[in-house]
Amino acid sequence: MTAHAYTVPILNLLAACLLLISFAMLSRRRTQRLVTLFAWQGTILFLSTCLVAYSSGLREIYYSAALTLLLKVIGLPLILHRLIYRLGAQWDSETVVNIPLTMLVGLVLVIFAFGLAQPISMMATTITRNTLGIALAVILLSFLMMITRRKAVTQVIGFLAMENGLFFAATSATYGMPMVVELGIALDLLVGVFILGLFFFQIREQFESLDLSNLESLKED
Amino acid sequence: MRDITVVRQFGEVVLAIAIAPLFVGWIAQCRAWMQNRSAPLLRQTYRMLRKLFDKDAAMAATASPLFRTTPYILFGTMVLAAAIIPSLATDLPFAHAADAIALIGLFATARVFLSLAAMDIGTAFGTMGARREMMVGFLAEPALLMVLFNAFLLYGSTALPSLVDGYRAHPTVIDPSAIFAAVAFVMVLLAENARIPIDNPATHLELTMIHEAALLEYSARHLALLEWASGLKLFNYACIGFALFLPWGIATNGADSGTALLISIAALLAKLVVAGAALALVESLSAKLRIFRAPEFLAMAFLLAVLGLLVHLLLGTKLA
Repeated sequence: MTAHAYTVPILNLLAACLLLISFAMLSRRRTQRLVTLFAWQGTILFLSTCLVAYSSGLREIYYSAALTLLLKVIGLPLILHRLIYRLGAQWDSETVVNIPLTMLVGLVLVIFAFGLAQPISMMATTITRNTLGIALAVILLSFLMMITRRKAVTQVIGFLAMENGLFFAATSATYGMPMVVELGIALDLLVGVFILGLFFFQIREQFESLDLSNLESLKED
Repeated sequence: MRDITVVRQFGEVVLAIAIAPLFVGWIAQCRAWMQNRSAPLLRQTYRMLRKLFDKDAAMAATASPLFRTTPYILFGTMVLAAAIIPSLATDLPFAHAADAIALIGLFATARVFLSLAAMDIGTAFGTMGARREMMVGFLAEPALLMVLFNAFLLYGSTALPSLVDGYRAHPTVIDPSAIFAAVAFVMVLLAENARIPIDNPATHLELTMIHEAALLEYSARHLALLEWASGLKLFNYACIGFALFLPWGIATNGADSGTALLISIAALLAKLVVAGAALALVESLSAKLRIFRAPEFLAMAFLLAVLGLLVHLLLGTKLA
């Protein structure tokens, strides 16, 4: 019982950290910092998954925690860093977005997500049900990041952060998905990042920049 | 019994006045180490103050009495603030005299006087510094209030001593909103005390200075008092942060024997050492922002504090 008394506050603390990192991602202009933040998000996710596994006593959640550590803390950030290095995009930064306005929209999204999650989490029976609102907020904030940013690399990071939010929602609401599904998603992510990495090079070759607004015009005039 | 608390109050204030320059010196030393420079001595700040006190004050011909009295007013408000903030013990006569909102008002008073004095002489730099100081102040104040509201929501009181007592009554409670509030508080602390992302305290580069521009016309003992007051302000902010987020070791009601006080002094010193190093690290890692980015920086602090409130409403631990 004493273990449980500490589990829920610590889990709430980690959930709050996750939300904080999402906001930090929204406020950063530099691409490389975003990758670091993404790795931190993965670390928090790993810790919270371990905690859920410990408190529920389910063995398979440990496996998905290990998968998170391998893929999201070590694997994907490493690949992204190398991609950014190869693309010569270390010093890339976004200039068009109005950060305070984005943050304000983010705040509204958080309120929306919390309101949405309230009735759902009433029905959940797991110890972690309160964190569902945070998971939803993280997903919506990653959406927002993908919408407001123009650079290809940032959009991919937004996509990956969204998957982090979904994963957190899965562990917090239902103690994780079946192992097969999780392995499938992990593989999909890995392959997705490889393919998108190829796309980066193609986009840069075509337009000599990674700005996706170039893709909006259908032909060259 | 009454006399004892008065003596303790006096001791707390004297300690604050004495170690505030030490704290500033410690931060400067840490910064120097991190930047691979040879560090100044810890007592360098004291030597600086002594040098300034020994000099004769030069005063502009157009200076009004306001200009002359401002250093004393500023130093006085900071000493009063140091008396109100429960840095060592909560059961002190001044600690119950004002709550945290009045404390913010006290800081605002000091800022108003500094700005008026900076404009008093009529030089361009002074006026510019005063205007910038007011801009940063009016952006930082709502963020600071929101940070305090976070703590108030948790413990249901606006007085800092009862926050500390409330924490001691429920020591196992870790509220997730505290993370947001703490990050926002550090951002406000950096902005309010003219530290690096907003202002560089170690430069007199005309176009970027804020706090230094306001002090430009002062010399000798007036300048010494103002420097000391800004050191005290930093110390006070650090103590507010400790009272809000790390109230370990502060002697509380009914448990303020001699050993408890010794422990609280040791805890305060340890926290100051760690906080100073952390501040130096933050300052070394970040670059100074353009003045037009300052509103963005402080808007972020405000938003984080509001988020803390929201998170508290969703996940907050309910205290019985």
